[in-house]
Amino acid sequence: MPEALLTLDDLAVHYAVGSSFKGGLKTLKAVDSVTLDVKPGECLGLVGESGCGKSTLAFAIMGLVAPTRGRMLLDGEEISAARKLDRMKVARVVQMVFQDPYASLNPRQTVRRTLAQPLGIHGVSDKAEVEQRVADMMAKVGLRPDHADRYPHEFSGGQRQRIGIARALILKPKLVICDEPVSALDVSIRAQIINLLLELKDEMGLAYIMISHDLGVVEHVSDRVAVMYLGRIVEQGGWREIFEDPRHPYTRALIAAIPDPFNRVVNAAAKAHGEIASAIAPPPGCHFNPRCPLRADRCVAEEPLLEAVGAGHLAACHFRDRTA
Amino acid sequence: MTTPLLRVDDMRIALAGDGVTHNAVEGVSFEIGRGEAFGLVGESGCGKSITALAVMGLLRRPLSMAGGRIVLEGQEIQNASAAEMRRLRGKRIAMIFQEPMTALNPLSPVGRQIAEMFVLHEGMGWNEAMDRAEDALRQVRVPSPERRIRDYPHQLSGGMRQRVMIAIALACGPDLLVADEPTTALDVTVQAEIIDLMAELCAAKGTAILMISHDLGLVANMCRRVAVMYAGRIVEAQVSEAIFAHPTHPYTQGLVDSLPRLGERARRGRQRLREISGVVPSIAAYPGGCRFNPRCPASTGICREVAPDVTALPEGGLVRCYHHA
Repeated sequence: MPEALLTLDDLAVHYAVGSSFKGGLKTLKAVDSVTLDVKPGECLGLVGESGCGKSTLAFAIMGLVAPTRGRMLLDGEEISAARKLDRMKVARVVQMVFQDPYASLNPRQTVRRTLAQPLGIHGVSDKAEVEQRVADMMAKVGLRPDHADRYPHEFSGGQRQRIGIARALILKPKLVICDEPVSALDVSIRAQIINLLLELKDEMGLAYIMISHDLGVVEHVSDRVAVMYLGRIVEQGGWREIFEDPRHPYTRALIAAIPDPFNRVVNAAAKAHGEIASAIAPPPGCHFNPRCPLRADRCVAEEPLLEAVGAGHLAACHFRDRTA
Repeated sequence: MTTPLLRVDDMRIALAGDGVTHNAVEGVSFEIGRGEAFGLVGESGCGKSITALAVMGLLRRPLSMAGGRIVLEGQEIQNASAAEMRRLRGKRIAMIFQEPMTALNPLSPVGRQIAEMFVLHEGMGWNEAMDRAEDALRQVRVPSPERRIRDYPHQLSGGMRQRVMIAIALACGPDLLVADEPTTALDVTVQAEIIDLMAELCAAKGTAILMISHDLGLVANMCRRVAVMYAGRIVEAQVSEAIFAHPTHPYTQGLVDSLPRLGERARRGRQRLREISGVVPSIAAYPGGCRFNPRCPASTGICREVAPDVTALPEGGLVRCYHHA
């Protein structure tokens, strides 16, 4: 088994919210006891609804927020709550592609400058080499050479996302975190970007963490999938296990929520009721219990641990052995 | 044949720009029967939302009706006066929007916003109307409606706000509910609940739905028939199952094949997604002839010259393409 590129061990990111005047300080557990790994060249799909902590997890890996607890091992280097990480080193290993290519590009920089800047910061000073690497990268993501001197506003959404991908890949990272990379794009453009990401993964041997709420996309691109709910991972496993044999009721609810035009009478029993609870005051026991069709007394009293149901397949549910 | 509830006939919507006027929507025709759920699908900028606004009589400058008819149960409403439209809206046709936060009045408790419907359209007193508002909230399954009627929109979650919108829209039992991307701002599990709720309430009251969305799967799942719009025109309309099983327009085919569908990888292994080349044209730069021709794999000379007319499909439905499957 190849050594993991990224290992998260009991990682937690907590925020203090509220004020000491009104109601007192509370703790928001955005990410709580997450243990995960990503192997080189692997695509890990990270699924969950808004507020589940998937973006905070991404920011923690990028070093943009400091973890409260736990350890991270990135390409053999340890990063922990106590040890501040070297941003430069992290940037050479992990990069990020953002959801909104309109907001994540500097409107006053040409494509050339956007792509050359990371190289300059990381010590590539030879002009000819910079030029060459920018040109190569642009070709790789399907931009024409004459695009180099244009500004972001001159491009369509799909092309802007290509620029965002080029910027993330120019330093030849080993891991790219893609945070909803196609959800801001027109439907007819999404396939172009998904195909491009998969091609680049093979070509450059990249590992991805693919954050998405679109289960169709996640199933298509992922080797393994982790499902998050209110800061915790509730299920993880190979894509086939997650989609064909989901063991957490929340995973089943997510799958049941996808409209299927060929099968209108979906499994109504699998659907979740109500809405996501507040992360400041999550329900006791299993966080999903108020919405769960399988809820029992035990689910309120006792937090289920993430335990194995098969090879590499884990689920945090007291009823993980029930298959429906 | 019975008269349909709503008939839109050869509608054209003009967009006035700097000295030039563009046709934002052109040649759009469709019918919705009583109690029928009809879907209108397309990407941003294709004209689906302004089609909905036109039906509601809510087009404002620089947009205007430039031709065609909108007939609600035999009555032409495209030239109705503002006062007539105000009487129709809410009572006979109602609308829910994508972002409930911006569609609700932030300064008024939600109960009052629902009760207003009964006061304005049914001449009720406020006390009675507030009781009815509480019932309406209960019907859309807002928990503890007796307390929630006093809440302001910001005190509710996105899903709850959309439930309030549905309560307002359905308060007076309209004949037609226009829903413009009603769940796009919501999480997937909440979306599923809201869609089920809308479908259930409309079925119970016999309300027809004009559902507008970019999500073909969502619309096809909810509606009996679906029309696909591209660059201001309807390019294909079919029964929902048929549009997925046998899409006939190259654009529809592209849309259906370009989306990774759940379960597909397990059945057939990972296939490269079919791409639709190019980008959606802007309204000022609509190509001549068929507007999809620069992106179309089947495009020929005539596609660039003359826009194709509507062809009826043998199995029912229609398509606007010279080379349709």
